[in-house]
Amino acid sequence: MRIELEKRPRASAFYAVLSPFIALLLTVIAGGVMFFLLGKDPIAALYSFFVEPLLDVWSLHEIAIKAAPLILIGVGLSVCYRSNNWNIGAEGQFIMGAIAGAIVPVVFHEWHSPLVLPLMLVFGMIGGALYAAIPAFLKANMNTNEILSSLMLVYIAQLFLDWMVRGPWRSPDAYNFPVTRDFAPEAVLPEILASGRTNLGFVFALAAAVLLWFMMRYTLKGFEVTVLGQSERAGRFAGFSSRRMIWFSMLLSGALAGLAGISEVSGNIGKLQPIISPGYGFTAIIVAFLGRLNPLGIILAGLFLALTYVGGEAVQLTLSVSDKVTRVFQGLLLFFVLSCDTLILYRIRLVFPGAAVPAAQQGAE
Amino acid sequence: MSVAGASAGSPLLAVRNLTKLFGTFAACNGIDLDVQPGEIHALLGENGAGKSTLVKMLFGVLAPTAGEVLWQGAPVSIASPGAARRLGIGMVFQHFSLFEALTVAENIALSLDGTIPLARVAERASELSHAYGLPLDPKAHVADLSVGERQRIEIVRALLQNPQLIILDEPTSVLTPQEADRLFETLFKLRAEGRSVLYISHRLEEVQRICDRATVLRHGKVTGACDPKRETAASLARMMVGADVPHVSAAGTSAKGEVLLEARHLSVPARTPFAVALKNVCLKVHAGEVLAIAGVAGNGQGELFDALSGEYPTAEPDAVHIRQRPVGTRGITARRLLGAGFVPEERHGHAAVTGMSLSDNLVLARNQSDRQAFLGGGVLGIIKSTAVRMAARRISEAMDVRKSGEDPPAGSLSGGNLQKFIVGRELDRQPSVLVVNQPTWGVDAGAASRIRQALVDLAKSGSAVLVISQDLDEIFEVATEIAVISEGRLSDIYPAGELSREKIGLLMGGLYGRAEPMTEAAHAH
Repeated sequence: MRIELEKRPRASAFYAVLSPFIALLLTVIAGGVMFFLLGKDPIAALYSFFVEPLLDVWSLHEIAIKAAPLILIGVGLSVCYRSNNWNIGAEGQFIMGAIAGAIVPVVFHEWHSPLVLPLMLVFGMIGGALYAAIPAFLKANMNTNEILSSLMLVYIAQLFLDWMVRGPWRSPDAYNFPVTRDFAPEAVLPEILASGRTNLGFVFALAAAVLLWFMMRYTLKGFEVTVLGQSERAGRFAGFSSRRMIWFSMLLSGALAGLAGISEVSGNIGKLQPIISPGYGFTAIIVAFLGRLNPLGIILAGLFLALTYVGGEAVQLTLSVSDKVTRVFQGLLLFFVLSCDTLILYRIRLVFPGAAVPAAQQGAE
Repeated sequence: MSVAGASAGSPLLAVRNLTKLFGTFAACNGIDLDVQPGEIHALLGENGAGKSTLVKMLFGVLAPTAGEVLWQGAPVSIASPGAARRLGIGMVFQHFSLFEALTVAENIALSLDGTIPLARVAERASELSHAYGLPLDPKAHVADLSVGERQRIEIVRALLQNPQLIILDEPTSVLTPQEADRLFETLFKLRAEGRSVLYISHRLEEVQRICDRATVLRHGKVTGACDPKRETAASLARMMVGADVPHVSAAGTSAKGEVLLEARHLSVPARTPFAVALKNVCLKVHAGEVLAIAGVAGNGQGELFDALSGEYPTAEPDAVHIRQRPVGTRGITARRLLGAGFVPEERHGHAAVTGMSLSDNLVLARNQSDRQAFLGGGVLGIIKSTAVRMAARRISEAMDVRKSGEDPPAGSLSGGNLQKFIVGRELDRQPSVLVVNQPTWGVDAGAASRIRQALVDLAKSGSAVLVISQDLDEIFEVATEIAVISEGRLSDIYPAGELSREKIGLLMGGLYGRAEPMTEAAHAH
């Protein structure tokens, strides 16, 4: 027996909707198998991973806090990917945005003004955008593969942050710990609900998602993104420039990743430290694809991936398994999402080797 | 059944009730076909009639849904191209599968068992190619060869397997008339040896000339089996199209106005190693004229289109003039705003985005020229979907575009209908200059005649029309003036009435009419 992929005459609308859910189901099943192999009760483990966090107000706030950067980065990446530019370095742009935004509260910590926070956010976006400008420049002018250049710049950003908090920006009153001074209250992103810690970053994420959804759905710019992503040649015929699109999409996704970075640091951590992200920039790639590169879908996908972070922490506490299970779940999810997308364009057929089956019977299905 | 029953002996290949479904769509629906030993059998039909699907099943590329194939009287199941070759079926595809950077012999060796030494392959290929009048240098690199020579590689590759049946898919679409004649001689030689040829074409004239019998397909069904020599072109066309094809007339387009499109000493270096450089191209198209540029594929037609459309602007502002304004360095949008319209050769992924709806594909070409009508919201540039959809409907109605829904994806239309939409998209704005590359490439006869008439009518209404085409029939139907492009050089421009097919054939081969007396004559008009 062999398995054949048969191309469908047209893309299946049914599977376009269903495929993320099939992927989720397969991820949960594979996760259950993993817990079983670890010697844990799979049902109980899955329950505390996926369900328990939803039953508790504190966890819900944690989910919102973690979803904010995922959504913010994810919607930026979706525009990038739709235009066929593969920015894999959002993690680096996130970090550089955080560093650039932190210039105000760290270097000018004696300046107190209501302008501090807006300036931080603007600096954060500029920092992220400038860092994304490096792979954009290399691709637009030298045809360098942006996947490699943006990815490698992540490690540079991580080490640069490490050096900053150990060196020039180390707080004078933190007993030599590698952290910057705490941000002043006016440099902290305010919380939006009385019930918990969810901050303005979540609002930014929703706003960005809705705005980009509008852009992609209704405007000529969104049309340009889609056309150039599907066919550069047709885009050229339409009078669009793929070089300008490299710049646009990379700067946009960089700016949003930078905004996510400074929002995370300002709203959640309150200072710079060597590690400020549990891999948001990479997880956002999964978010973008799980959300079908649609900004509204990305809101849901971001919330779900945030759940895997919170759930991972939960099983670490209750079942004492490594928090690496979060990464395993995220990896499984991306794997299944991409594989299930095959179903949209192909149907699976099992072919049994009946050897010399006459043509007439072969087709009689 | 067909006329096959009349001839003696069992057929080499018999197809009974062969059907191929894609989903619910029957690309081939109960096809019967007999190919006798030693005949050239034509498979006639418009694009989308099911010819390619049928031969793909015969060559083991597609599996039939129902029906049977008999090879020398015995039922067979052809599971792969390898199985087809072992049976004795060879195929020459319309689109070649050759590696440009490799030599002829290397390309041939790739399709054979790895065990045969390259020198032996080269020797054998050289022998065969000379025996059949298809001279080939086994050591030449494919990139340096003309399209006709590349086709020879494919033919020799098929002949090396010593096939009983050779299937040729639209073989002359890429050849000059002289090259086509040569190919026909080869086919006659194969027939004389008792081999059979299944010859796929939609060109009636050559089918009548070389084929012994013809099977005509329409909408996946056999609509006729006949001796093409006993039919008229009109009766064959009726079997193919199901209706009479209106005759296109260029009459009345001779009135000459001012020059609307001009290229002055246009030279463009090759962008890629396999592209053609344009060398000192000069042309003028007046209002009311249709200038047709003939030439064999790959002689700079695409590059000329790119330079005229501004998709790749030239270095010199003066190289291209549209309505007397130098636009060489300007992009396609600026040229459109001057009233020019463009129709590129490739429909999928160039003139249209396959996955996008027709109305989106309207925005594709007219997002700036019709900014007022199609965009709102100031700088936001919000697409007015109602206005766009109404314009798309207007175009579809004007050009009789047949489609499955109100606003289906471009890729779901047949080639002819999509092309009608793409041409209609430009005609709808009444462009003063229209540049069209291969207007009816791979388009069915009904749609082709409609498109050609529309081009002629546009010129009659006072626009300048430039048509780049490989199809000589088309050129003689629409042109008021004709020039020939060869290796990136353009010949002089001749009034259509003064050129014969033979003369064009010679110009295609690179014998430019640049000799002094000819130049004088050409400038005289």
